[in-house]
Amino acid sequence: MSGRFQTIAMRIAQALPVVMGVVVVSFILTRALPGDPAVYFAGQSATDESIQQVREALGLDKSLPQQFFIYLGDLLRGDLGQSLSTGQPVISDLARRLPASLELTLTALVLACSVAIPLGVMAAKKPGSLQDHICRVFVTAGVSLPTFFTGILLVYIFYYLIGIAPSPLGRLDFLYIEPDHITGFYLIDSALVGDWETFFGALKQLVLPAITLALFTMAPIARMTRAAMLTALSSDFIRTAKAAGLTNSKVLYGYAFRNALLPVITTLGMVFSFMLGANVLVEKVFAWPGIGSYAVEALVSSDYAAVQGFVLTMAILFVLLNLIIDISYSLIDPRIGFEAQS
Amino acid sequence: MLSIKNLAVTFQTRKGPVEAVRDVNLKLAKAETLGIVGESGSGKSVTSYALMRILDAGGSITAGDISYSNIDLRNASSKSMQDIRGREISMIFQNPRAALNPIRKVGLQIEDVLRRHSRATRYDAKEKAIKALESVQIKNAESRYDAYPFELSGGMCQRVVIAIALACDPKVLIADEPTTGLDITTQKTVMDLIKQLSAERNMSSILITHDLGLAAQYCDRIVVMKDGALVEEGNPAQLFHHAQHEYTQKLVAATPRKGVTIRELLPKNMQLEEPERPAIGAPLLEVKNLVKTYKGKSGPVHAVKDISFTVKKGASVALVGESGCGKSTTSSMIARLLDPTSGEILFDGQNLAQLSAKSFAKNDLRKDIQMVFQDATDSLNPRFSAQDCIEEPLRHLTDLNRGSRRFKVDELADLVGLPKTLLSRYPHQLSGGQKARVGIARAIAVDPKLLILDEPTAALDVSIQAIVLNLLADLRAELGMSYLFVSHDLHVVQLLCDEVIVMKDGQIVEQGLTADVMQTPKSDYTKSLLEAAPSISNLITNNTPNPRKGEFA
Amino acid sequence: MSDKVISSEPSFSSHLLYVMRENPVTAISFFMFAVLLFCAIFGPSIVPYDPLASNTSNALSPPSAAHWFGTDNLGRDVFSRVIVATRLDLSISIAAVALSFVIGSFLGACAGYWGGWLDAVLNRILDTIMAFPLFVLAMGIVAALGNTVENIIYATAVINIPFYARLVRAEVNIRRDAGFVQAAKLAGNSDARILAFHIFPNSLPPMMVQISLNLGWAILNAAGLSFIGLGVRPPTAEWGIMVAEGANFVISGEWWLALFPGLWLMFAVFTFNLMGDGLRDLVDPRKRT
Repeated sequence: MSGRFQTIAMRIAQALPVVMGVVVVSFILTRALPGDPAVYFAGQSATDESIQQVREALGLDKSLPQQFFIYLGDLLRGDLGQSLSTGQPVISDLARRLPASLELTLTALVLACSVAIPLGVMAAKKPGSLQDHICRVFVTAGVSLPTFFTGILLVYIFYYLIGIAPSPLGRLDFLYIEPDHITGFYLIDSALVGDWETFFGALKQLVLPAITLALFTMAPIARMTRAAMLTALSSDFIRTAKAAGLTNSKVLYGYAFRNALLPVITTLGMVFSFMLGANVLVEKVFAWPGIGSYAVEALVSSDYAAVQGFVLTMAILFVLLNLIIDISYSLIDPRIGFEAQS
Repeated sequence: MLSIKNLAVTFQTRKGPVEAVRDVNLKLAKAETLGIVGESGSGKSVTSYALMRILDAGGSITAGDISYSNIDLRNASSKSMQDIRGREISMIFQNPRAALNPIRKVGLQIEDVLRRHSRATRYDAKEKAIKALESVQIKNAESRYDAYPFELSGGMCQRVVIAIALACDPKVLIADEPTTGLDITTQKTVMDLIKQLSAERNMSSILITHDLGLAAQYCDRIVVMKDGALVEEGNPAQLFHHAQHEYTQKLVAATPRKGVTIRELLPKNMQLEEPERPAIGAPLLEVKNLVKTYKGKSGPVHAVKDISFTVKKGASVALVGESGCGKSTTSSMIARLLDPTSGEILFDGQNLAQLSAKSFAKNDLRKDIQMVFQDATDSLNPRFSAQDCIEEPLRHLTDLNRGSRRFKVDELADLVGLPKTLLSRYPHQLSGGQKARVGIARAIAVDPKLLILDEPTAALDVSIQAIVLNLLADLRAELGMSYLFVSHDLHVVQLLCDEVIVMKDGQIVEQGLTADVMQTPKSDYTKSLLEAAPSISNLITNNTPNPRKGEFA
Repeated sequence: MSDKVISSEPSFSSHLLYVMRENPVTAISFFMFAVLLFCAIFGPSIVPYDPLASNTSNALSPPSAAHWFGTDNLGRDVFSRVIVATRLDLSISIAAVALSFVIGSFLGACAGYWGGWLDAVLNRILDTIMAFPLFVLAMGIVAALGNTVENIIYATAVINIPFYARLVRAEVNIRRDAGFVQAAKLAGNSDARILAFHIFPNSLPPMMVQISLNLGWAILNAAGLSFIGLGVRPPTAEWGIMVAEGANFVISGEWWLALFPGLWLMFAVFTFNLMGDGLRDLVDPRKRT
């Protein structure tokens, strides 16, 4: 057991240099801005003098290492700079919008897993069968779909043609009142106070973007589940279990599926990477007020502090998610601690 | 008790249906141990899978009847088959480590079976599982209950597999190559355990193996299979003394055993006179105080601890030991693929240990030390044709031009008996025996003085092993090389080697002339190795197979 | 002898035919790829209209015999724009994947073979790249370096490097101690030769699958970046921009503006995803019989 805790501690320790690397990369990206950032930050009607002032205020006249430490200090204080377009500190903008993105991403993930994992298992049960072929076509088509295109297509069909979906503009139709901020997740917040009308209003808005995002992520999950199940099912220990007379369901779910889950969990990291990226596109299509659309707006208006803040936030979020995945993996797989010991 | 009539099993493959088993008839009596012997692809395992109805996808029983105490197993519903498996008929497999669920505690895996067949309830399952572990002589059963398979040794895993198989007191136990991949001393303890448990419980059992010796030692009756069909049946003594079928004769003859010469492994018509053993000259290789220590995560690992020995010119020396004894590490160091921690490797008087393994590729001595690898498949580059493989050392270690290299490759192919038409083929298009020949041709291409043979026949069937061993003996007679033969099998080694070095835990426990070591082993370890090796030598005393036309691999 | 060797060894084209016969999906995907290549090379000279010529009198007209895919809000022919854009999108993805393949597999092969500090350093760098959601990193890079096609290529290459480096590293690592590698050492090959001629070619088959998947991703990536206004700029014909521009008209029912470029984009990605197994079979010696 101690070996396992050691592994987890090691894993957390390993995340630190990665976070450091992320900070360095985002610093480099900040400094690699085309043109003179001071000119941008000084605004349209800037004079040489005011630009110089801004440059000094931003510390751009100092050496790079010095600038890096200033940047680091600002980060530690939670200062990601001011957004040009909103005039607010970037950190508070992001904090306000993050729940919207998380609500969308997590809903899509749950949706994707609940469809893709059974699909992969079903395909692996009978390789070469009709359901396997359907799964394969579905998977190949799924990864070929540009998220933004799927989103537009769904909007056209369900909003314009059939008219059962609400207009693709944000988290809640203006008819409803935003629920009080508890977690920032509209579904949870409205459910907590028992405001079911708002709950369903938010749910209606959420369905299409969540499906769009889920469609894109189902493919890798289903493919991995299928492959992992096939490997597990052809393992020797499955034959032992069968030869001992264990029931089909015990062999399939108790033995094969649990082993297959391990590689699936490891791919979740990659899936998150896809999701957080696709999230940006989906938010733009559905005018979803999350951090993705915030970044897109910022890009359009050359609001670089906001973009950098967004990139950094996404990276830190992703590192945390990966950490959670790895730790849960090492809790499930008994072999993990052993490797660290020997 | 159990009977199989006219069984046929067919597999659907991309290239159409393939009949893996045809017209097999078997009967198993109560408390009898039946051996099914055959080389790879003979259908021996498929027969047992068919009888358990656990054939892999694509396989189906196309004809025949299987009945077990008046139950028709072929047509039984899959639900009643599940009841029979584990409760009436159980099975254990080769590669025990992989045969256990890697992420479930072994105790729970036993509980699963007990509870499946209602032999235990939630409340007493643990107690009964521990009892099952104790019954297979696992010490500290209570603490082993919580172990995962990766925490146990191979032998221990096989005991757990046996415990699972026997947990519900089945009447029949099928053991499919239960000791393949285990060391020879572990093999003996596992087989003895199976034998003892079968006797105690009055159980019938079927032992499926490629090893005639093992079958002879543990079975009451043996059937021999070839290409999916039964060729012969009888009790061990009868089968080995008076084998009727040509194939059985060939198989019996090819099994290495005490007191045979290398030529006697081959069918009569292929037996030439014994190869000459070259004259032994001055020392060619002197290993002095060789040490290899690896850095391990939990302290240093001493793979080879201060060993010294000599190989003379023209001599053939065997390095024998079980897995992990350091024999392969030693041979890698001598082949200069691995740098020793300390010690000397004197080759023709020059200390090779001073030259790094990295730089040795460019050394003039590189061509004097060559090696034949254990796994012929793994040792041939999949993207190189046989021609390219054999030519490779000629290209880098000699000045021959393209034309003369081709000529030399042809010559080598003749020498190792590889038909020239096969030279353009890729490794995956060659059989095991052919790949072994390519590996040997490559190793002798640059006329090495010392040839290291790292278990060159371990992955081969016995009949092919016999041919390859003879080839090696002929090559040595013809070319006068020295051999360092690394093996786990004393019976194989004695056929080819003048001297034997026995290693254990990185040290040499015994060394001497082959005959002396085999006849009068001094160390207890050598004795236990010799005792543990199953042997049919006492069964075959006046074996006189009829000379008939044999087959080449 | 040498004649016989050559005659019994199938040439590349006959092997290609064999692979295509063996698996119809491969044949179809190779055909689809040929169509894409044709459009990329000859597209600008075969399309009926100038992709940039606007004609406001004929704006937003639905698909017809004259305009197969309809016209956009400026009256430009959608079909011509879709076909012409093939060259740009294909070049971006192929250039990006080629760049990441070369850099990634070189780094990965060295790290996998020699290990040690090289491996440790490379792993940290890859970890850092992988620590970003890849599309987001690409956004950051393009935003920082500037809004040009080259920068889209660089950004896409950077985010793909870890895949190749990791894959090659693993493939090289499992073969580092293989029998045939040791045999090659005994045959007098230097380490560099062994890596280049013995180990690396054997790790090509799984790489091919990765390459074809990445070509698909690269196109999606480039189109996605254009969609949010990075990289390629209007009025250049590019699938992502066309979908983005068309999106504004979907809510009012002019579906053809976004649909056709979107479908064509899907077709391209789908082709690459299908090609993976075929490409692998093409470089796998075990498929040669």
